[in-house]
Amino acid sequence: MKISRFFKTIFLLDFLSGLLIAVKEIFKKKKTINYPFEKGAISPRARGEHALRRYPNGEERCIACKLCEAVCPAQAITIESSEREDGSRKTTRYDIDMLKCIYCGLCEESCPVDAIVQGPNFEFATETREELFYNKEKLLENGDRWESILEANIKADSAHR
Amino acid sequence: MVDYLNIFFLETYKIMLLILPVLTAVALIVWLDRRVWAFVQKRRGPNVVGPFGLFQSLADALKYIFKEIIIPATSNKIIFILAPIVTMTLALIAWAVIPFGKGIVLSDINVGILYLFAVSSLGVYGIIMGGWASNSKYPFFGSIRSAAQMVSYEVSIGVIIINVLLCVGSLNLSDIVMAQEKMWFIIPLFPMFVIFFISALAETNRPPFDLPEAEAELVAGYQTEYSGMMYAMFWLGEYANILLMCAIGSILFLGGWLSPINIYPFILIPSPIWLIIKIILLFLLFALVKAIVPRYRYDQLMKLGWKVFLPFSLFYVVLTSSFLLYFDLLPGN
Repeated sequence: MKISRFFKTIFLLDFLSGLLIAVKEIFKKKKTINYPFEKGAISPRARGEHALRRYPNGEERCIACKLCEAVCPAQAITIESSEREDGSRKTTRYDIDMLKCIYCGLCEESCPVDAIVQGPNFEFATETREELFYNKEKLLENGDRWESILEANIKADSAHR
Repeated sequence: MVDYLNIFFLETYKIMLLILPVLTAVALIVWLDRRVWAFVQKRRGPNVVGPFGLFQSLADALKYIFKEIIIPATSNKIIFILAPIVTMTLALIAWAVIPFGKGIVLSDINVGILYLFAVSSLGVYGIIMGGWASNSKYPFFGSIRSAAQMVSYEVSIGVIIINVLLCVGSLNLSDIVMAQEKMWFIIPLFPMFVIFFISALAETNRPPFDLPEAEAELVAGYQTEYSGMMYAMFWLGEYANILLMCAIGSILFLGGWLSPINIYPFILIPSPIWLIIKIILLFLLFALVKAIVPRYRYDQLMKLGWKVFLPFSLFYVVLTSSFLLYFDLLPGN
């Protein structure tokens, strides 16, 4: 054993320097946040809870092309459609099983009209499984609730697509 | 008859007066431990329940009370249930001889330090019983490790205590504190204090010596099969033991309830406060060590105990006794 090593061991120098660093760290700024009271920044392309968007005039964007249903790797999306009185094709059913969903964002990528999007909301835990089987009504409601943020996010992210 | 009842109730009150603050202190010390640990890692730690999260341990205890106690079908039920009770009882009864001030002690027995030593040695039984009665691999390995570890470090703690006793000439804890009026024993016996501190870490299964519950290899060691309040009792007993070790350390080396300097503003503070301050300071060191050191390997642990600490503390016994003899400082002369 080297003599310097021996001295370090005997006088616990390594230990003491470690202790000093620990004491210094105590007074530094915390890296964590008080989660429920303050929240971290979320990227515009964050993939949270789904939402179905509308056009500004209140018309649903979704044209029932079923690309999202086809691309969904977890097969969480179920769509049924029919022709409406004015001749346009619209969905009669748009269900997402949020428990099957893997939040990959492929539905959003595939959508030609930016109808199905994943918003910034990630706090939608529920007490029962049934509440997480989202239907069209719920998704549209989400869209209405988050529209301002969703629009801003899509705009912010469009430069990178 | 009435006399006996009077004595009985008086003693019960005294015991309650000791036990309740100790249990409260244990709850607070768990919070302090987690908080210090978090702060070193630049986290915030428990800070939601109550002011600064002070009631976190209370909330945890409440949670444990409402949890189901699962007793493994193949376990030895009587010993399985007895083990946490033994651990906690032994951790608490040792407090009976800890002096908080001149005459402020539950039982001022003449062999106080031996009593403490005996009780803390018995503590290993709770762990062995728990590990054995669980009838499962990991608890068994954990308890075997723990037994070997505690026995090894008990030896060096015993020799360290001999050092102190040589300077005092009495086994009474109050006498040990009073003998430090001129100089705390940490000054002449500093190496012994360091070894005592490290042995106390090993004795209470704290990191870096937490091999009995090394979660990476043994799940949770001897606590693996425990749940609910029984687990909480192990946990309480463990922290009560840590607190006890801090108290013993401050009594043996840091002058117990004595104020650091015998001058005006310091001697106004009541003696139990001084002991509590010293215990907390020592515990802060415990908590910091937990945050900075990696776990020892088992053979390193044994090597440290038997090949380094034991010979060194034995050598120091010879040194202390020859010094005292040569300068004619032996107590009781």
